[in-house]
Amino acid sequence: MALLEVSGLSKRFGGLQAVGNVSFKVEKGTVKALIGPNGAGKTTLFHLLSGVLAPDAGTVAFNGRSIHGLPAHRVAALGLSRTFQHIRLFSQMTALENVKVGCHVQSRAGFLAGMFHLPWTWTEEREIARRARAELDFLGIAALADAEATSLSYGQQRSVELARALAAGPELLLLDEPAAGLNMRETVELSKLIGRIKDRGVTVLIVEHDMGLVMNVSDEVAVLSYGEKIADADPRAVQKDPEVIRVYLGEDDA
Amino acid sequence: MLSSRYARIALFGAAVVLVQVATQLGGKPFFLTQLTMSAYYTLVAVGLSLLMGYAGQISLGHAAFFAIGGYASGYLTTFDLSPLREEGLVALLGRAGLLVDRADLYGGQTLAVHPWAAFAVAIVLSLAIAWAIGVPVLKLKGHYLAMATLGFGTIVYSVVLGTARFGAADGLSSVPPFPLVAGLAVSGARADRVSNYYVAWGLVALGLMLLVNLVESRVGRALRAIHGAEDAAGSMGVDVARFKLKTFVLSAVLAAVGGSFLTHFNGGIGPGEAAVMKSVRYVAIVAVGGMGSLWGTVATSVALNFLSLRGYFGTLDDAVFGVVLLVVMLTSPDGILRLDPRVPVKALLARLRKPNRPEEAP
Repeated sequence: MALLEVSGLSKRFGGLQAVGNVSFKVEKGTVKALIGPNGAGKTTLFHLLSGVLAPDAGTVAFNGRSIHGLPAHRVAALGLSRTFQHIRLFSQMTALENVKVGCHVQSRAGFLAGMFHLPWTWTEEREIARRARAELDFLGIAALADAEATSLSYGQQRSVELARALAAGPELLLLDEPAAGLNMRETVELSKLIGRIKDRGVTVLIVEHDMGLVMNVSDEVAVLSYGEKIADADPRAVQKDPEVIRVYLGEDDA
Repeated sequence: MLSSRYARIALFGAAVVLVQVATQLGGKPFFLTQLTMSAYYTLVAVGLSLLMGYAGQISLGHAAFFAIGGYASGYLTTFDLSPLREEGLVALLGRAGLLVDRADLYGGQTLAVHPWAAFAVAIVLSLAIAWAIGVPVLKLKGHYLAMATLGFGTIVYSVVLGTARFGAADGLSSVPPFPLVAGLAVSGARADRVSNYYVAWGLVALGLMLLVNLVESRVGRALRAIHGAEDAAGSMGVDVARFKLKTFVLSAVLAAVGGSFLTHFNGGIGPGEAAVMKSVRYVAIVAVGGMGSLWGTVATSVALNFLSLRGYFGTLDDAVFGVVLLVVMLTSPDGILRLDPRVPVKALLARLRKPNRPEEAP
């Protein structure tokens, strides 16, 4: 059984079929990439998987459990964590606090426990702080812990967002264009980082435009065009697929 | 972090004591009455500060929750049950110790609900109403949420104003003192003035401590995350709707506690406490104090409420709140405690230093 099984997923916005009857699998412990030209429906697909949007049709099974239509916080609690194409850090909070929010699903202090500052929450808070710092360390930005998150550079903000997603201890990590806005050196760092995340046993599903990165890190690549899947294979095979070449490079009408 | 949390509460306690001593030495002990009333209004303001500043929700209906608490306590403790003394339910409540015999103004014996039991009802009632209206209303955002809570406030105001049982325009009176523990009661008696001042501000201190704890907890972090980027908070596992609802309910209950205590302190409550203008006033206090700045809210609330209750603003009462709100929004939109006096001064200096701009060609 694959970790994530998507079948027949569809989403329509008015007259636009953003995602049409898309099916694919993500095997546990692998890195899978979703690629496709702009407007192919990749981000919409991510929103459908993470519960930000509800699909019109189709099913999503995560760990054998159906998750389509569940609200985002429930999906997150099941072990699916994500980053956003346009960085969505919490303003007026430090990098460390941002990452601490990532530990939300792994902790449980509620309103009453918080108001009365119950002793068991002290231990929990210490554990949250430890985990959050460990994730900042993993991303190599431990020194930025107390900086206001939204004041950091673009690349640093991406790292904070990744640390936040990892702090949730996900089984599956969805990365929405993690290389967007990064320079070449940072992109190389990112591909190494994705390898290290995989080594931790986290399965990764990535949407990305940077073909170098995709071919470098992925075990499998699925290609979307106009909301539909046109290829799904290992990176080498995808690169040679005539349909993929046509979509990316246009018709050879010379 | 922990030490600064309690250090501030201790500082606050010291300020409370200092003010009491000052009124005594300054020969103005009667100021304590208005300071006590201000404390109960401050409870509403700090709850609203949490709701507005942390959960990012606005409520123009919090006076209604204050009134619900006050009217529940006032009504139950004044409604005479003695003709029903032998009836099943009343007899049962009496045996459970939830009723209390009292001599009325004319020497007649009355039987009414004990203030503690009435207080419990006030809390449960405000909690239930806040929950019931919070579920649909908190799905709204911004202006729509403000409108919906405004509508709720208007309904409660109309109900208390139009209900003969609640005294209609006169409200409730002859509400008995609230005996908290032996020898300590919430009452407007002159002999209890000092103790009541401490009860009221002790309650505010307790409320503040709970809220400061909450703000520093996992929940407070999640609330700030909701405020910062709601969709991302959801994707991190924060149940956004539920956290907003709970914050709303918490702030409503704080308002009801204030209403209940003030009703016992004043010996009555009128429909004016539920008026929409009161709700607007609470929002103004929070905005001036700085949304999410609990201490700024306390400072603003005590200053404005005290001056207003002493009648310094005269007939311009509401206008003063409006002007203060306007000025603070223009000069320091994050609240008075975040006002950096250097900024406007620098801006002024820069403008003065700049040579006169050349006349623009027509």
